[in-house]
Amino acid sequence: MNFQFSEEAEALRDEARKFLAAESGREKARAVMNGDATHDAALWSRIAELGWTGLRIPEAHGGLGLSVLELCVLAEEVGRALSPVPFTSSVLMATELLMASGHDSAQAAWLPKLADGSAIGTVAWMEGNATRPDGSPKLACSGDRLTGAKLPVADGLAADFAIVTARDEAGALVIALVDLSATGVSRSACETVDLVRKSAKIVFSDAACTVLARADEAERLRARHLQGTAVLLAFEGLGSADAAMEMAVDYAKERVAFGRRIGGYQAVKHRCADMYIKNQLARSHAYYGAWALLTGAPELALAAAGARVAAIDALQFAAEENVQLHGGIGFTWESDCQFFYRRGRLLALNLGSRTFWSDQLVRALEQRNTDLAA
Amino acid sequence: MDFEDTAEEAAYRAKVREWLAANAAEYKTPYEGDVDLVVRGKAWQAKKYDAGYVGITWPKALGGQGGTPMQQIIFNQEESKYWVPAGIYAIGLGMCIPTVFTHGRPEIIQRYVPVAMKGEEIWCQLFSEPAAGSDLAGIRTKAERDGDGWVINGQKVWTSGAHRADYGIIVTRTDPTQPKHKGLTMFIINMRAPGVEVRPIKQMAGASEFNEVFFTDVRIADDHRLGDVGDGWRVSLTTLMNERLAVGGKPTNSPDAHSLIELARAIDAEEGNMLEQSHVRQKIADVYIQDRGISLTRMRTMSAISSGRTPGPESSISKVVVAKLMQDMGSFAGDMAESAGLLMGDDASSLPHLEALRQGYFWSAGLRIAGGTDEILRNIIAERVLGLPGDIRPDKTVPFNELHKVVS
Repeated sequence: MNFQFSEEAEALRDEARKFLAAESGREKARAVMNGDATHDAALWSRIAELGWTGLRIPEAHGGLGLSVLELCVLAEEVGRALSPVPFTSSVLMATELLMASGHDSAQAAWLPKLADGSAIGTVAWMEGNATRPDGSPKLACSGDRLTGAKLPVADGLAADFAIVTARDEAGALVIALVDLSATGVSRSACETVDLVRKSAKIVFSDAACTVLARADEAERLRARHLQGTAVLLAFEGLGSADAAMEMAVDYAKERVAFGRRIGGYQAVKHRCADMYIKNQLARSHAYYGAWALLTGAPELALAAAGARVAAIDALQFAAEENVQLHGGIGFTWESDCQFFYRRGRLLALNLGSRTFWSDQLVRALEQRNTDLAA
Repeated sequence: MDFEDTAEEAAYRAKVREWLAANAAEYKTPYEGDVDLVVRGKAWQAKKYDAGYVGITWPKALGGQGGTPMQQIIFNQEESKYWVPAGIYAIGLGMCIPTVFTHGRPEIIQRYVPVAMKGEEIWCQLFSEPAAGSDLAGIRTKAERDGDGWVINGQKVWTSGAHRADYGIIVTRTDPTQPKHKGLTMFIINMRAPGVEVRPIKQMAGASEFNEVFFTDVRIADDHRLGDVGDGWRVSLTTLMNERLAVGGKPTNSPDAHSLIELARAIDAEEGNMLEQSHVRQKIADVYIQDRGISLTRMRTMSAISSGRTPGPESSISKVVVAKLMQDMGSFAGDMAESAGLLMGDDASSLPHLEALRQGYFWSAGLRIAGGTDEILRNIIAERVLGLPGDIRPDKTVPFNELHKVVS
């Protein structure tokens, strides 16, 4: 039994946590929230120098060629620090999807730039109106041309390319990569619940694209990508949930009311214990998801959905209770509580809601029941 | 990262599996009707002892195997695939005997430990009292010096299995002028001794697993004392630590998310099949997250044990999650079944898993209290894991016989 990360991965975790604690305190998230910049570019280039942007990219394309386990570790730490960089969009989502597509020329064009951090990618699934991640998109793809709009697109103003879902004339699913500097692409800022990770509305007017996958192949690629991303975002959410819990616990150890530290009152203590419980459950599910992703186990559908739902629950609870335990100061603009509160909503909705993933989870369980009966 | 055994673990598992296949065949299916658990249990325990599967981690000098915690875990995992009657020894071998061999005199250890391992004597643990449950150090049962022995008077309650126990470990108050944690002393008591009276307590679900036990001038020799006079709290912590390891697991073959799926699929409500309804699917996902989350958390703990490290604090969440989960699953199953959820006995519905889920509903009400209430466990997590301040305890330094003065 070895249900834990390797010593190398743990060493990377320590290194990442130290680096981000020193270089990516929450004041950097606040600066991005209050400023016009799309992200902290200086921090992003430091992260690229560390090799994190090319962690999974093969050495032939300039990356480190490490495993998805190391990526999980970094996802958790970036989530813990709420780092205002396009790590989720570019590294966890666009790079992974591009690699999974197996599209040689698109990979040759973009992977080296992703590896050294000179290019930022994003994945654009949503179209604003109750888009389910497995639904039929409205964005139209005719030949290699796109027409329509996507919103919100996380890091859409910072990104150099986007991988979009669309449908062709026959109604089949298309997954295509668009160079966002191309003619026919226009972008504008789009406000979302999370003010640190900035989003865009992107409008395509007969814009050129590279089709990565079509029809059944696109369906398979999307399904696989959703499962993999569910695991990676679970680690990001877990990192944020642990940070929110620690913020609440630290405050409960300091704040005095009725003559004693509030952390001594059971009403407060038990909320903190419940945060710990939910975070531990989420951590165990995230590890299970990481194992399934690494080994390509048949349990991936179940493990990914479990990781996703548990992480959504953990972060949402920790974010809400963190505000509650801080009292009035917790819901002011100046308090860092809002970062977790907002990030909780973002991570609950940016890849299909808890309702969607609960349904996926029960489908996977039903499938397993059927398999066991057969 | 993998779920496989190491080579040594795999070899041990193979050996255990082979032995169980040859020796536990009669326990392949659940037993039905009235069976004498003691008779059945003693037969199984004797077989295990002869084969070297009792006290797997205990020192060889005590008759144990000097094995690793992983070997014990592997044996438990494999044994739990059978309906073996091992439960009557859980408290004795899981909690009492480790306390005996940690704190008892050598001749006492020799007298009791091997016999208990063979299953010839059954033990119970006499801690809780009517006014001392979570506040365990508040016990009143007193032990008074009398020549070279002690005389016990008082009452215990919630004593699991006292009705079939031969011996027990009992925590008593020997010095009421000391603060409550300081005046306690632990003993081994003969449950058949004159002056011991066991009265079963009927639980709300109908069974009688627990008892009240009354002591009237019960004599105990001083060599049956465990630890020093006045050191009973420290001695009892040995038992409690083992208890937290032993209590809280979900019983083998108890309902899980799959059971709810099969139940839901079998119910065709007016609005359509239950399993197709969104609120049902949400609830099943909730159950899975908690139930599977705990079993995955155990795997993290086992990984630590397997690689020779101390398990982390994550294992402390198990009982507080599992007990409430069983309760939630039971009530939810009843809700899905509508009126069928009310019927019991000869009129009980044949809907799949419904009866087991209902039993879990009643049983879990006790599990949320036994071995540390939800509230105590949350305090432990908050204080020992997260480092939050302890509760205010105005009684902590007050002599026990003056405690009535500090009640606010």
